[in-house]
Order: sequence, then structure tokens, then C-alpha cells
Amino acid sequence: MLIDSGSPRAMETIGISLTINGETRNLQVAPWTTLLDLLREGLDLTGTKKGCDHGQCGACTVLVDGKRINSCLALAVMKDGAEITTIEGLGQAGAMHPLQAAFVEHDAFQCGYCTPGQICSAAGMLAEGHAHSREEIREAMSGNICRCGAYTNIVDAIEDVMQSGAAR
Amino acid sequence: MNRFDYVRAGTVAEAVQALSGANARLIAGGTNLVDLMKYNVERPDRLVDITRLPLNAIEDHEGGLRIGALVTNAIAAYDERVASRYPVLASAILAGATGQLRNAATTGGNLNQRTRCYYFYDDATPCNKREPGTGCPAIGGVNRIHAIFGISPTCIATHPSDMCVALAALDAEIRVAGPSGERSIPFSEYHRLPGGTPQFDNTLQPGEIVLSVDLPAQDTASHYTYLKLRDRLSYAFALVSVAAILDLDGDTVSRARFALGGVAHKPWRNAEAEAFLQGKAPTRENFEAAADIVIREATPQDGNAFKVELARRAIIRGLTQAAAGTPQSVSDKRIA
Ligand SMILES: Cc1cc2nc3c(=O)[nH]c(=O)nc-3n(C[C@H](O)[C@H](O)[C@H](O)COP(=O)(O)OP(=O)(O)OC[C@H]3O[C@@H](n4cnc5c(N)ncnc54)[C@H](O)[C@@H]3O)c2cc1C
Ligand code: SF4
Ligand code: FES
Ligand code: FES
Repeated sequence: MLIDSGSPRAMETIGISLTINGETRNLQVAPWTTLLDLLREGLDLTGTKKGCDHGQCGACTVLVDGKRINSCLALAVMKDGAEITTIEGLGQAGAMHPLQAAFVEHDAFQCGYCTPGQICSAAGMLAEGHAHSREEIREAMSGNICRCGAYTNIVDAIEDVMQSGAAR
Repeated sequence: MNRFDYVRAGTVAEAVQALSGANARLIAGGTNLVDLMKYNVERPDRLVDITRLPLNAIEDHEGGLRIGALVTNAIAAYDERVASRYPVLASAILAGATGQLRNAATTGGNLNQRTRCYYFYDDATPCNKREPGTGCPAIGGVNRIHAIFGISPTCIATHPSDMCVALAALDAEIRVAGPSGERSIPFSEYHRLPGGTPQFDNTLQPGEIVLSVDLPAQDTASHYTYLKLRDRLSYAFALVSVAAILDLDGDTVSRARFALGGVAHKPWRNAEAEAFLQGKAPTRENFEAAADIVIREATPQDGNAFKVELARRAIIRGLTQAAAGTPQSVSDKRIA
């Protein structure tokens, strides 16, 4: 099916449908809106962070159809029909995701700015199932920068959840 | 980011059609194009979303494999057929970018990603690749990451892909479709040297779209390596990398193939050095001689002269790893 926003740059917004944290929403988006900006600015889901806006830090990591990606480099319009999970959808205070609980338990943050991205990335990484050792966790999590340098505890938290199999 | 029209193509023909006329760009994973649009380096009038095209399969093809242009880097690297028959490709892909980026990045997008030259990215500076005829500030400027082979007086940029270095060593073919039908391009002729027209990274013609990367039947999969040397151990582009594949017949090299990344406007192969190794023993001495043949052609700048010796050592180490059957690990960062 050919979808055309019209020419020359006539139509400012395009209708899309996204299932975000389990809730299906019909949205009007401008083609140049990134998924990150849609989540934060359009839908008030500010758990997902903007660090670099260029794919270099991982703070904006969300799960799209179960796969972790950088939402700052994804155009929302291209994700029409997708299921998006953000940190808000993984768990909430009182009903935390095992990774969230493990990050608290292991003190795996200082300022917390990178944490939502770390946790979404770790959830995606565990689902991928390719990392089995501490070394492999470190490599698989290299897309998430922590300027506070909480890496040791971050790996501890993820290793803990990986070994308990709780995230599956 | 500039304003643009958005077209979602349902067929390859629609994509080719939508590419004609306006200043249009294909978009797949978006991990390079969206980044460049945010920097105003790319300012397309129209984006043609090709992610719904049926180009996302990995299929057996003439004894080899056909990897669709929309197969993500993650799916290609972890595919069992790729990992077992073309491990050098899997290893090279996994040495690049990050888990998140590889989940979005596609085979076609990786092939067509643009240089990471700092001046190219900064639209406040001149750059012959971005704006032909304005000059090349990297020559005589900051050029630590730039090319040492095949440079021209107009551009010394490198092609940044890891995947492509393995594809070069594997003699892959690129299948494309365009206004005048389909054609296949040998990998060595896909990317090009800058010459007098650095604005062209490759030989894809206007209106053409990559359909697949075709890997030839492969007889060896055990003697290989992808060795990537960079400023930090992960999440960084290569300063120098080497993809090496050796066919060994007892104690003799029956065929050597190796390509270098991070050193030229395209993955760099040297037929003379590969031919030199043919019929020889896989010894350090012979690997050193092969490396010397390669670096003889180097024309470095002030900032990247270190790459000449780095490339020499990477070749020797890469060939040694391949010969020993001990490929570089992606997660164990010690260089074997
Ligand atoms: C922070 C960061 C770090 C990175 N590190 C590495 C690294 O270490 N090693 C590495 O190799 N790469 C690295 N990359 C680059 C990454 O591999 C590329 O961005 C990615 O492969 C591009 O694929 P894409 O599908 O997202 O392309 P897009 O951004 O969608 O497109 C890129 C270009 O390809 C064109 N294109 C896309 N599909 C086709 C097609 N089918 N036919 C013709 N043209 C097409 C587009 O028009 C565009 O010009 C990094 C990127 C980032 C942001
Ligand atoms: S090396 Fe090439 S890309 Fe970089 S500034 Fe010079 S012309 Fe531009
Ligand atoms: S904000 Fe997306 S990677 Fe930094
Ligand atoms: S906890 Fe501060 S950036 Fe990671």
C-alpha cells in the first residue's frame, strides 16, 4: 500500500496507531517527529530520557515489538502499528519489574538519568538471550553510557536477574 | 531537521518511482539518515520509507546466501547460517555499533552509511563531499581518523562500516533495482574512491535501491578473524580493522583474502599481497611481507601517520589469528 503524505509538503501530520505500554492509541504525527519526542513531548511519558539525541548514549532506549532500539533515531511515523514498551510500561512503584528491583537492590545508579535506558536495554538484551557471562553483558550493554560510572553495580544487577531467570 | 514529504512504499517499484524527481532519500533503520538530518547534512524533500518491502529474508542462493536489504544487522549476525558459514561476517557486524543500533540498522543501510569525517558532519565548515567544490578542511586539519590509502586531493574520508569489510573479503555481490531493471554489482565495485567526485560514496545510480547482498558459496569457515582496533573497546568506529580469511591446504596457504577497514574510502584489499601469500607457509615472516606490500602504498597525513604501522601490525595479527583458527572474540577484549 502506498502511503503518501502529499506534495509539496502539504500535509503536516499523518495518522498512525501505536500500542504504548499495552494501550492502543491513534495519533496524528508530523513525519519529522522522532519516537522519543512523541513519547516525551506528545504523550508525557517522560521516563524515557533524551541524552545525546544522536544514538550515542542509550538514554532513550525503548522496546519496539520487544526489541530494544534508540528512540531518538526512530521516526514515529515509521513505527505505525508497532507495540512500544517504555520504562513506565515495564513496571511501576509497588509492582516493579525484576530489573527495576535489582537496580534498587544493587544501587545501580547515582543520578538516575541513564537508568530507564539501562533497564529497557537490559530487558531487551535478556530477551535476545545472547549474553551469558559478565563479559558478554558488558559488551551487550555497551550502548548505554552512564556518566556517573555506575557500571559495576549495573552489571551486578543485570547478572543477578539473568541468573535468577526472573525477567523471562 | 528540515520538513519533508513522507512516502511509505508498498513495493520495490513504488519505491523506485518515489525516488525519481524530488530530492528523495530512502529510509530503512534511520540510524544514519535521521542523525544526518538532525545535523542538516542531509536535507531531503521526500523520505521514502522502505521498511514494509518484502526484502527481509535470508535465503539459500546458488550455494551461498542471499541477505535481503531490510534484514537487520542483529538478525544477520545471529542467523545460524551466517554464523556457521560466514562467521567473519557475523563477527564484523557484532564488532560494530551497539545492541540497540544493530536491532534497527539494516543491511542496505549499513552498506550506504556515510563517512564519520567530523567536517562532513559540521555544516558550518566546507566539505567537498557535502558541498562539492567547497574544499577539504581535513587535509591539513584534524585527520586522525582519516584515510591512508586511495586518497585524492579533494577528500580523505573513510567508509566507516565494519560489515562491509567482511563483505569485501567474502567477495559478496550487491543486487540492486532501478528505473532500468535489476543488476548485480561485485562488492569491490560497489564503493568507490573519492577521485574528483567525493560526493559519491558508491556506484549506486540515481533511483536505484539495494535489494540484497549475495554471498558466494564458501568453502572455509574456520580460518578467519575480524580484528577491530579503536579508541575504546566497544561502541566506537574502527581506526583500523582487518577481516581475514585463509584457505589452508595442510601447511600451505591455498588462498588468502583480507580487507582493511578505517583506512580508505572503501574497504581496502590488495591483490598483490593476497597473491604473494598463495602457496606459501602461514608464517609470521610471510605475513609481515604481505603487510609490507600493503602499506607500501600508504599516503598518510600528519594526524593519521600512526595508522600505517597500526595497519601493518593489524594485518600480521589478523592473519596469524586466522591461520591459528583463533578468531578475535567480540566480548573478550584481549587480542588473541
Ligand atoms: C552512535 C553510532 C555508532 C555506530 N557505530 C558503528 C560501528 O562501530 N560500525 C559500523 O559499521 N557502523 C556503526 N554505526 C553505523 C550504523 O551501522 C549505521 O547507521 C547503520 O548500519 C545504517 O543502517 P540503517 O538501516 O539505519 O540506514 P538508514 O539510516 O535508514 O540509511 C542510511 C543510508 O542508506 C540508504 N539506504 C538505506 N537502505 C537502502 C537500500 N535498500 N538501498 C539503497 N540505499 C539505502 C539511505 O538512503 C541512507 O542514505 C554507528 C551508528 C551510530 C549512530
Ligand atoms: S575528508 Fe572528505 S568528507 Fe571529510 S572534509 Fe574532506 S571532503 Fe569532506
Ligand atoms: S538520546 Fe538516543 S541515544 Fe542518546
Ligand atoms: S546514574 Fe547518572 S548517568 Fe548513570
